[in-house]
Amino acid sequence: MSAESERRIGDVILALENISLAFGGVKALSDVSFDVREHEIRAIIGPNGAGKSSMLNVINGVYHPQLGRITFRGTQRKQMVPHEAARQGIARTFQNIALFKGMTVLDNIMTGRNLRMKATIVEQAIHFGRAKREELENRAKVEEIIDFLQIQHIRKTPVGRLPYGLMKRVELARALAAEPSLLLLDEPMAGMNVEEKQDMCRFILDVNEQYGTTMVLIEHDMGVVMDISDRVVVLDYGRKIGDGTPDEVRANKAVIDAYLGVAH
Amino acid sequence: MAGNHDTFPRLMLEHARVRPDHPATREKDLGIWQTWTWRQVADEVRALACGLAAQGFRRGMHLAIIGDNRPRLYWSMLAAQCLGGVPVPMYQDAPAAEFMFVLNDAEIDFAVVEDQEQVDKVLEAKPQVPTLAHIYYDDPRGMRNYEGVTSFERLQQVGREFDRANPGFFDAEVANGRTDDVSVMLYTSGTTGKPKGVRQTHHAFISAAAGGCGFDKLGPDDSILSYLPMAWVGDHLFSLAQWVYAGFTINCPESGDTVMTDLREIGPTYYFAPPRVFENLLTQVMIRMEDASRPKRWIFHRFMDVARRCGAELLDGRPVATGDRLGYALGQLLVYGPLRNVLGMSRIRVAYTAGAAIGPDLFRFYRSIGINLKQLYGSTETCAYVCLQPDGGVKLDTVGLPAPGVEVRIADGGEVLVRGPMLLKEYYKRPDATAESIDGEGFFHTGDAGYFDSDGHLKIIDRAKDVGKLRNGGIFAPNYIENKVKFFPHIKEAVAFGDGRDMVCAFVNIDIGSVGNWAERRGLAYSGYTDLAAKPEVYELIRECVEQVNAEFAADPAVADSQIHRFLVLHKELDPDDDELTRTRKVRRGFVAEKYAVLIDALYSGKAVQHIATQVKFEDGRTGMVAADLVIAEAKTFTSDVAQRAA
Repeated sequence: MSAESERRIGDVILALENISLAFGGVKALSDVSFDVREHEIRAIIGPNGAGKSSMLNVINGVYHPQLGRITFRGTQRKQMVPHEAARQGIARTFQNIALFKGMTVLDNIMTGRNLRMKATIVEQAIHFGRAKREELENRAKVEEIIDFLQIQHIRKTPVGRLPYGLMKRVELARALAAEPSLLLLDEPMAGMNVEEKQDMCRFILDVNEQYGTTMVLIEHDMGVVMDISDRVVVLDYGRKIGDGTPDEVRANKAVIDAYLGVAH
Repeated sequence: MAGNHDTFPRLMLEHARVRPDHPATREKDLGIWQTWTWRQVADEVRALACGLAAQGFRRGMHLAIIGDNRPRLYWSMLAAQCLGGVPVPMYQDAPAAEFMFVLNDAEIDFAVVEDQEQVDKVLEAKPQVPTLAHIYYDDPRGMRNYEGVTSFERLQQVGREFDRANPGFFDAEVANGRTDDVSVMLYTSGTTGKPKGVRQTHHAFISAAAGGCGFDKLGPDDSILSYLPMAWVGDHLFSLAQWVYAGFTINCPESGDTVMTDLREIGPTYYFAPPRVFENLLTQVMIRMEDASRPKRWIFHRFMDVARRCGAELLDGRPVATGDRLGYALGQLLVYGPLRNVLGMSRIRVAYTAGAAIGPDLFRFYRSIGINLKQLYGSTETCAYVCLQPDGGVKLDTVGLPAPGVEVRIADGGEVLVRGPMLLKEYYKRPDATAESIDGEGFFHTGDAGYFDSDGHLKIIDRAKDVGKLRNGGIFAPNYIENKVKFFPHIKEAVAFGDGRDMVCAFVNIDIGSVGNWAERRGLAYSGYTDLAAKPEVYELIRECVEQVNAEFAADPAVADSQIHRFLVLHKELDPDDDELTRTRKVRRGFVAEKYAVLIDALYSGKAVQHIATQVKFEDGRTGMVAADLVIAEAKTFTSDVAQRAA
């Protein structure tokens, strides 16, 4: 996450090939393939139950697909658990905010730095030597993110007291604190009013521009998706029905049918 | 300060020499307060000034300053002054179209702006501003893909190279400055016509700063929070002129949203805020007290009663009964001290408010918990320095005594005239306006009407152009009367009449929230505003308020004639949608007088009831009629000596 990184779409860093995922008899995903390029904003859209969140869960190792290949940064992935995904630089936010409500904004964001702290629990408890140094370094990074997302005024506020839009922003901050190379955003704008959505769009674009973070996002608001994404994948009933730039997807007949319905 | 420390750059260099390691500027950045000492500030300013000079900034040129209170923007003002240039701070929240006027009027070539947001606005205005050639930005965030703008670091780097190549340049430029050079140009807000550039000299602002610092004994160890707009004369006086004169520390908040937290962390010793800030703080305190546990609430209210009784007296050093003294000391420990700490006001020696009328309860609250809150009077044209309230002589309804070095005189029409070193040199490119406002004797016409009370304190009552005369020659200041009436929470709006008449009469709008609540507690049923306003009980309530105001007026011979003889409670709320108020909720006097001419006739003809039907515009754009038979009430008036005896 260097401040100098240019926003330039690069090579494929994540490739998903022929992914199929089933829960018992329910097929959540069937034979879905797409890729994500470095520094791009990739959106996954589709009607309710299309398999969008399942797809995200596959990417960060919560679900394990029965079929298919996942290649992240050139290495094909075997069975993986979420904390390994985090170690490899994949961070995410959740559709239903998953923050520690009783903790302050600052502490919540600090948890995003957890993987970078090497000190043992005993060292941390007495706050000495390595633990102290690490805490200071990590706090500096967190402050940079607080400044970037303009949440200085709520630094010491318990998360439970914040309005919804700000909680979402704190969640984004925590994900960014991990300095991810791939950021997964599960409906970052759900339940927001127009102004909050605009702010969030601005922050997503800023993060992408400033840090060059690659993002995969799920979003229902079509206006938002079309405005900020570089490429869009469309899922319907677990299948991929479209893939391309926002303009291409908008013109795709299968997509229009899926969204507007067809006369049978 | 003696010798030739008669310009701001020379004062700054003097501080760098005398107290090099004393903190001059602080800013909270990435969660930590960063400090610059006077030596460092002088060094930063030097690099900046040399950078500007290398890029073609010359003596007499204007430097636009746009942004929130940032250390670098304050330093830029000093840098411009070092070169004999004139900083022009601008209101950072104005849209690009408003920037355009000032940028063109001041013929700006160089602008120092805070961040991307401001750069965007300046660039938007730029095509219409032919002179504008150089734009520098402080915060690099989001600025990577901009062309034709330069970063602050780059400017200082150029400056340091220039300084090395021309070592004597900077000191020679500072030595070239004269005390009667223009040090800053501040634009008036332009509520009356186009904004005008007010040109002030080093001498004027240094005189005002010296007077204020001497008056309140401000020195290098004081500390203030700089959070009000830099384009406003008050901020320029407190955060620049007094800063560089006294050598204290200015603290820049992290962002506009964090001011209250930053205030608490810094604990300034000297503080300025408009009344609405004090009001918001008090409201927050009261809300939190409502949520507190019962014993805490009980302690709070008990001791606030004690404070109300004797807090302000103790602050003024007046005699107080021993019992109250003890009670207050205990309260200090349990309530006032912790409360001041929560407000970030533990260390405050002097706090000022100005800009609007402050409510008596509000003013008394802060003074009673031991915060030395005072009022001052001044304007852009007078470096915000005309009258100050002395410690121990604070009165709610005056603005204090003429400040040291200032002459104040009241013209025949009641207008306040002032003369002194702090007066403006001129309005920029407006000799007509300059000639109009400064008379042959050198007195500046403030446009405010006022008078001196028996202790020699100046009392500002109204804008001079609104002030009229009663038929017996007594002064009639409608805003003054209305503000007095409006301080009662039950009264939302009032319109006073009396110019050219025998007596003062008034329309009143009740505050539906406050009076509605009052009515509910009494089990008084009502169907809406019109119904509630016509209740005899409500009339009685309002009459009490009006009579209290009358008693107060009667005690002061200068306004004894302003007592309200007859009033009525209007059947509808005055509304901007019906053109009765401006969008900023000021009464449009002429329009209201014309629209309700029958009611005014009824007030003055002695009628007891008057029928009126008025067209109103609803929020959805439809119109309808509101009709009522309005009762006209008489209010008791007092003769001045009766009131004096009572008082």
